[in-house]
Amino acid sequence: MGTWVFLAAGWVLLIALYGLVTSRNLIHAIGCLAVAQSSTYLLLLAVGYRRDATAPIYSDLTPGTRPVVDPVVQALALTDVVVGATVTALLLALTIQLRKRHHTVDPQALTGLKG
Amino acid sequence: MTARARLAVFLAAAAVIAAFFTAACTDLPPFGTDSHPYGERAVAAALDRRTANVVSAVNFDIRAFDTLGEESILFGTVLGATLLLRRARDERHRRAEADRVMPTTRLFGALLLPVTLVVGVYIVAHGQLSPGGGFQGGVVLATALHLAYVAADYRALKKLRPLAVLDVADSLAAASYSLIGLAGMIAGGAFLKNVLPLGTFNTVTSGGTVPVLNAAVGVEVACGLIALLAHFLDQAVELTDPDQQRYGDT
Repeated sequence: MGTWVFLAAGWVLLIALYGLVTSRNLIHAIGCLAVAQSSTYLLLLAVGYRRDATAPIYSDLTPGTRPVVDPVVQALALTDVVVGATVTALLLALTIQLRKRHHTVDPQALTGLKG
Repeated sequence: MTARARLAVFLAAAAVIAAFFTAACTDLPPFGTDSHPYGERAVAAALDRRTANVVSAVNFDIRAFDTLGEESILFGTVLGATLLLRRARDERHRRAEADRVMPTTRLFGALLLPVTLVVGVYIVAHGQLSPGGGFQGGVVLATALHLAYVAADYRALKKLRPLAVLDVADSLAAASYSLIGLAGMIAGGAFLKNVLPLGTFNTVTSGGTVPVLNAAVGVEVACGLIALLAHFLDQAVELTDPDQQRYGDT
């Protein structure tokens, strides 16, 4: 199996990009962006995985008795989730304003500039 | 550009991305490898600082400076959304109406709200020991408050949610992260240095500055998220669309 896990992350990214490119609704596009972001979680956690290892938490584990997976990429995934949530929130706020001012959420119908 | 042309351009680009990504993946260390040099050093550093949850140690001790950036992004987002979702000149404010709720739903909310609050505080406070921490616990705390909206109505939520206080608490919590960092600089010579006593391994007071930073982030995330959701809910519940007023098809 090996490389297939990494390739799955790339596949999720490309599917999300396909959704973004063909999107006819900004809410749907924001969802696609969230899917694209989730491909990075998959890649990070796959990079940090170690066979037969447990979570890097020592509250119920004596240090040194079992191998643990890489905690550095897990911390990066946490940062990734937080940033993803903030980006989604800001984009949704922008979409609300767009719907109010231009009366559409279809990105392909947004052609004119309006002051 | 027509939809068809855009799709063609995308498919060409996707083929290039897929080819390079696949080439890069074949050169990565194999999946499930035993060699994690950074992970092993992070585990050693975390145990050295007596922090049982290594992920928290990485986020709030080893990479504490990055987390300062992360919580600043969160603070910036709350500010940005507040600005974007402010009431426009042509929008009318409408008082939320009292809604009828099924008694079982009401009971569910009344029972679950305090439990969820306690769970949120627990997750924030035990971030240095077990899975969780400021970000995760903060989200649980913010969610707990919104059970009032599910179980009662928007008015009940507004009573539970003093937005002015929460905005100030959000700013203070965001600022306190930097202040803890400055305290580390004065006491230990480096920004965000872990200068507090490390305590006993696997107890709530272990980890030095990790639980303190966790608490600051927990308060910031909870207050920020409540403020953020408040602006979105206001849009849905309390503002009337200017167009609907104009055409009278409310």
